[in-house]
Amino acid sequence: MADFTSGFWDFYIGIITLVSIAACAVLLKSLSSQRVPVSSSGSAETTGHVWDEDLIEGNKPLPRWWIWLFYLTIIFGLAYLWFYPGLGSYPGSGKWTSVGEYGAEVFQAEKEYGPLFQKFSAMDIKQAAADPAAIAAGQKLFLTYCAQCHSSDAGGSRGFPNLTDGDWLYGGEPENIKTTILNGRNGVMPPLGAALGDGGVKDVAHYVRSLSGLASDPIRVVRGKPLFMQTCAACHGSEGKGNQQIGAPNLTDKVWLYGSSEQAIIEGITKGRNNVMPAQKDFLGEARVHVLAAYVYSLSHPELRQHAAGK
Amino acid sequence: MNDALRSADPPKVIPVKLVAPAEEETIEQSLYEVRKKIHPRAVSGWFASWRVLLVVVTQVVFYGTAWLEWGGRQALLFDLGARKFYIFGLVLWPQDFIYLTALLVISALSLFLFTAVAGRLWCGYACPQTVYTEIFMWIEHRIEGDRGARMRLDQAPLGARKIALKTAKHGVWAALALWTGFTFVGYFSPIRELMGEIASFSLGPWETFWVLFYSFATYGNAGWMREQVCKYMCPYARFQSAMFDPDTMIITYDKARGDPRGSRNRAADPKALGLGDCVDCGICVQVCPTGIDIRDGLQYECIGCAACIDGCNQVMKKVGYAPGLIRYSTENAIKNGWNFRQILAHALRPRVLIYSAIMGAVIIGVAASLLLRVPVKVDVIRDRSGLARDVGEGRFENIYRLQIMNTTERAHRFVILVEGPHDLEHLEVLTDPQPLQIGPTETISVPVRVRATPEHVKRATERIYFIVEASDDEKHLLPEIFAVREKSSFFIPGPAR
Repeated sequence: MADFTSGFWDFYIGIITLVSIAACAVLLKSLSSQRVPVSSSGSAETTGHVWDEDLIEGNKPLPRWWIWLFYLTIIFGLAYLWFYPGLGSYPGSGKWTSVGEYGAEVFQAEKEYGPLFQKFSAMDIKQAAADPAAIAAGQKLFLTYCAQCHSSDAGGSRGFPNLTDGDWLYGGEPENIKTTILNGRNGVMPPLGAALGDGGVKDVAHYVRSLSGLASDPIRVVRGKPLFMQTCAACHGSEGKGNQQIGAPNLTDKVWLYGSSEQAIIEGITKGRNNVMPAQKDFLGEARVHVLAAYVYSLSHPELRQHAAGK
Repeated sequence: MNDALRSADPPKVIPVKLVAPAEEETIEQSLYEVRKKIHPRAVSGWFASWRVLLVVVTQVVFYGTAWLEWGGRQALLFDLGARKFYIFGLVLWPQDFIYLTALLVISALSLFLFTAVAGRLWCGYACPQTVYTEIFMWIEHRIEGDRGARMRLDQAPLGARKIALKTAKHGVWAALALWTGFTFVGYFSPIRELMGEIASFSLGPWETFWVLFYSFATYGNAGWMREQVCKYMCPYARFQSAMFDPDTMIITYDKARGDPRGSRNRAADPKALGLGDCVDCGICVQVCPTGIDIRDGLQYECIGCAACIDGCNQVMKKVGYAPGLIRYSTENAIKNGWNFRQILAHALRPRVLIYSAIMGAVIIGVAASLLLRVPVKVDVIRDRSGLARDVGEGRFENIYRLQIMNTTERAHRFVILVEGPHDLEHLEVLTDPQPLQIGPTETISVPVRVRATPEHVKRATERIYFIVEASDDEKHLLPEIFAVREKSSFFIPGPAR
């Protein structure tokens, strides 16, 4: 697979490489001997090189095997080019590719760790959540793949749910958690600024704040209630308790994904929110997701963690 | 060119005589030649005894140490796979790499020092190339006989006796080489398990490769390559010459006393014959493992083994002359006729003192650092996604991941504490559980929450410190000074700041 647009360059590189190697061999051969003056005794004791008037280079030949090492590098180079891709687009007899090497390592890792995850997969999620080894493996996976958004302590951050507080957007049963990780979620709050108008948005915001007992303007609460029933209740329910089928948050439980300030709520209603949890099924695979689900489940069930608290 | 010169006398004509270049006879000569095999004669004497002693000592240490046990494990084990070096009571981790650097610095400085004082002592007595060559030559001597016998054997046509002797020699060499390769690998892969694996033919592919590789290197270098390693391959051999000066002790032939050389009748008076003390017996050349004639002066091939000193002294004794025609001396001493005391006085020159001082300082530094080494390492990794979390009531929370490495070989319990400026009120660390139990040579990664009330803080980030120390019930087990302090920062969000 050449990265060049023209096949000419493959030949260009290949020929330059081979000619260079051949030139090395010729150079070695031609430089392996030299003309030296014959001394009176008939043998060549010096190379005839004299520096600084009297510094004479003695003729001290290297052992023969030394030059074999040079030739050996040429043979090695040719063997390398025969086996590995190096000559233009020639793939080499070994068919080596970096992608193939990566694949082999993944295969090896799967062979090594696969059985471990298979063992956990065979367990019920609740059972795995009480297993110290499964929890340790789950934590490692979590710290690698999930902590970027949900934080190292799984406490979440603005826009990313806290996984330790027992409050769930899509349900907290083990199967719900596993489904969420496997398939991902996309929680959409539509922008309602145009439909409600600035005043209407503010009224609804005050009503929403009142649901969880936060400070609110009573007049706006009264004005906001019918607007809420009309526009928001379809998803959030008439009591504002939310709907886990579609991931509509419960507005009465003092858990706020984007903050509880009037400003944050107004922004959410006006512009809407779009939350994406990416699907991990194809990336991590079912077995690892199972272990992750067990770990996440254990976070809000401290009684299970008691067993796994060794680490 | 100035005008004065230009306007002076008319240019002087230098007479040039045209000479045809001499028709010098030249020949095409290869820059390479087949090595001429050296058959060193065995020698005994004071320096030979030292060499034997050093061979025995280094090999007892090398072959023996691998088998020592320390607290249920191999005493000296360089576990490259687990990246842990076990050195008796000490466990070094990759983070301790600086100690390897220090070891190499000390080795280099000691090479400089010894070389400046007494030439190539390392080459002559302690270098593995010399030591194994010595052992292999001893085996060769036992099986094939001394120099003359070996030379005759090499020239003899191939016969039953020659085949038997050569097979025996190479067999013993190969056996010793295999044992050497096995021992070497035994420092990197537990030697007792290695032994079991060899016995049951279940040695792993890499271990097999390295055992054979080091065996082959030993057999090839000590059996076949010998002096060629020193002459053509070793860089130290060449750069040690740069550390010689006229006050360096070298093995040297006393030309003034020895020349002119010549054989003579034992009863004859050498002075009357016009001869020096050298009887020109050639023993010094025959015993030389690199095949040089020390009487030609200091040469780069000389590894400083002193075999020629022993050889010459034996001859001097036999002919009734004083020993020391070839001896350890310095260039200045030979020139000025100094005695041993004067040579010693010149040994303490600035370069020797400077090498000693630097070496001493490095050794003391390393020893102090090893003694004060804290057996726990901590890395603080701050969460990057959510910088801070508002947990209500004016309190904020930052998340960190602490990687704690227990480098000791027993489990310990640690507590994590946090320190910060006074403005950061109610600073506390929340992690579950505390104290943390960390197994022997284990590394754990703990998510840690730090909470504070930054009501009076003006800046957006404050410097905080994590302190990891032994829990109360463990304090007596770990050094008094032990408390790892790692800095990090606490981030306070909000437009108000």
